[in-house]
Amino acid sequence: MTPLPLWTDILVSVLVLAGALIALIGSFNLMRLRTFFERVHAPAVIATLGCWCVVAGTVLYFSLQSRAVAANGLLIAVFLAVTVPVTNIFLMRTGLFRARLAGQDVPPPLSGSGEGSKAAAAVRPASGQKNS
Amino acid sequence: MNPVLSYALPAALFILALAMACSLVPVLRGPTAQDRVLALDCLALNAMLLMLVLGIHQGSSNYFEAALLIALLGFVSSMAMAKFLLRGEVIE
Repeated sequence: MTPLPLWTDILVSVLVLAGALIALIGSFNLMRLRTFFERVHAPAVIATLGCWCVVAGTVLYFSLQSRAVAANGLLIAVFLAVTVPVTNIFLMRTGLFRARLAGQDVPPPLSGSGEGSKAAAAVRPASGQKNS
Repeated sequence: MNPVLSYALPAALFILALAMACSLVPVLRGPTAQDRVLALDCLALNAMLLMLVLGIHQGSSNYFEAALLIALLGFVSSMAMAKFLLRGEVIE
């Protein structure tokens, strides 16, 4: 296995270190931010910029090392680009639903057919009876 | 391996381990259940990036499969936990 030229090493190092630093920033903000609706945005930077930086570094390194296109890593980035929004939408709806159940000051459901509104409507009369 | 990579990759591994420790704090501390699920999702993302960097460090592309598995299981488990918190059951 011949050693790679210096510029590829520097490029791979910069990409991997940038991805790792972005992951650290995202995780640190997950710890630092106050409310759930601020915190839910913090890991998005890991799944987009951090993941793409590290995946670009790995694909570049293995492609240059094996002298062939090693695009396996791109599969991971594409998979994350599909799945992370789905998870985040579900987590945000969960946060909204549970904040409504706890009676916090959040926007009301838009229509009567939403998932949160049915359960909230089922709970709300019970809590109203408890108060009266 | 050139000296640039042999310094940069352990540094990146250390930074990613630090990021995993940072995202472990809300798992233990998080005031609500959805905070803990969010932090677990973030932990799985960081573990996946750690696997990719470890793959470069060891010079083996077998770590791609491990990273893909961690990403897949992280997605499925976060989804199941979010669904459970939203509806009270996972499959209905």
